[in-house]
Amino acid sequence: MKLLRDTWLIYKRQMGLVMRQPTWIFIMLIQPLYYLILFGPLLNNLPKGMPGFSNGAMETFVPGLVIMMAMFGTLFAGFGLIAEIREGVIERMRVTPVSRFALLLGRSMRDVSTLIFQAVVLVLLSAPIAGLTINWGGLVLMLAIVLVIGLALSAASYGVAIVLKSEDALAPLLNTITQPVLLLSGIMLPMALAPDWLKTVAKFNPFAYAVDAARALFVGDLSNPAVWQAGVFLGALMILLVFWSGRKFARSAS
Amino acid sequence: MLIETAGLRKTYRSRQKKEEVEAVRGVDLVVKEGEIFGFLGPNGAGKTTTLRMLSTLLEPSGGTAMVAGFDLRKQSAEVRHQIGYVGQSGGTWGEVTAREELVMQGRLYEMPKSECKTRAQEVIEAFEMTDFADRKCKTYSGGQRRRLDVALGSVHRPKVLFLDEPTTGLDPQSRAHMWEEVRKLRERGTSIFLTTHYLDEADALCDRLAIIDNGEIVTEGTPIDLKRQIAGDIVAIGVNGRADDASELLRPKEFVREVEAGEPDTTGAVTLRLYVDDGSAAVPDILRTLDGADIAPSSIELHRPSLDDVFLKQTGRSLREDKS
Repeated sequence: MKLLRDTWLIYKRQMGLVMRQPTWIFIMLIQPLYYLILFGPLLNNLPKGMPGFSNGAMETFVPGLVIMMAMFGTLFAGFGLIAEIREGVIERMRVTPVSRFALLLGRSMRDVSTLIFQAVVLVLLSAPIAGLTINWGGLVLMLAIVLVIGLALSAASYGVAIVLKSEDALAPLLNTITQPVLLLSGIMLPMALAPDWLKTVAKFNPFAYAVDAARALFVGDLSNPAVWQAGVFLGALMILLVFWSGRKFARSAS
Repeated sequence: MLIETAGLRKTYRSRQKKEEVEAVRGVDLVVKEGEIFGFLGPNGAGKTTTLRMLSTLLEPSGGTAMVAGFDLRKQSAEVRHQIGYVGQSGGTWGEVTAREELVMQGRLYEMPKSECKTRAQEVIEAFEMTDFADRKCKTYSGGQRRRLDVALGSVHRPKVLFLDEPTTGLDPQSRAHMWEEVRKLRERGTSIFLTTHYLDEADALCDRLAIIDNGEIVTEGTPIDLKRQIAGDIVAIGVNGRADDASELLRPKEFVREVEAGEPDTTGAVTLRLYVDDGSAAVPDILRTLDGADIAPSSIELHRPSLDDVFLKQTGRSLREDKS
């Protein structure tokens, strides 16, 4: 109960801070539109029958875009935390009886909230702009996957931020880890185009399942095995990362 | 006893080398209820580390401590309810107002919402923050921000408030203001445990203090008691060359209790510190003696013992030399 109450307390504070920054909200909305307007049209001119695009170009591209947003939108959350550590905000709160997990979860929930907002806007705008057909049931399930990814990666980002305590070290580290994860997830181009060895490597990337699942859900294929696989693998990863990061908040965030 | 520690230790393992660094080596101290207790020492002496251990931010490597009736290591959750802590960097966020921060702080201490609001107003008035309480923190001056920091630490009426260098970086006027706030807090029933490297602050503000150096408590007591350890006066004589001869000549004098020679400064002058019973009577005699041996002092200074002399006596170094 205390965990819930404290998480809500931190969440409210963090959301209030987001709402006070109108430019930030604008940036959050404009970013996905760049992809839709500046990259999406390229796909419409792909030759018919390309492997991996059997569901339609937009129905393949937009779900991948949503997963990419989920990954990159939350991964850099740690930067804000380093600023808070420097100002002593985290230390001040750690002296109070507040739950240490709430310090993490309140922040992660803020990141997930803005992320889901972005994802919904992107999908809704894709319909008129790019002619995407929306499957509503699939959309809800996909947002659940987005939530799990957002929680997992923001927690990871916060944990690493506490360990490194420096923006200069955080950025290259996160980029080095995420580049291969992104490329191996089939976001840019479907993994169906990949040679066998690359497909095998991608099987070990939980985010590849997320992309597959999102694509299946987008065309209403709710019983596709990728859906439960994504849920299990990403869920496990999320629990691991949240616990690891929560311990960092408890021990050494100073 | 409000705080009682026995053999409190903290060792770090440095990342590059595998060696252990002893930041705090066995601190025993007692803080009584209603006291303003000071921790005086140079930077890196272990003041902040000790304070962070006592406020549950750092886990001690060894030793025991009772804080406000609870075991620091076994009952840290209970300890947190009883204490307040203000770190060197404060802990306010620039985008929110003082009032919002105060309400939030109360909520973090599990106070009901309505009580948080009335308490915030109370604290704003008590700390004279009415003029700026509803402006964003990033617009505050250094002194205003520091006042808010201390106010945040006292929202939940803690039994003891830890202040880590509360006046470092403040202008003289803000410092004086801060001293007043600290005294007022004590009057309202909160004991204070503060660290400082300012001698005048320790002298003027603290009821009792401990001098810490290299992770160990060197001596402790009231400022008056500590200064009394150095009975009599101190005569500091600058001698350019033949410092050894000078101290040989002066040491046997019956009014001289002790002679200490410092390190030569950049001009080669050595300061001899003479601990004497009665300074004003000793000075003419000293000058005569040196004159008779053809030694011309470059400077001579007579002063009553200060806390810096206590520190110097105990550690062989001056706190004033600690520029940072």
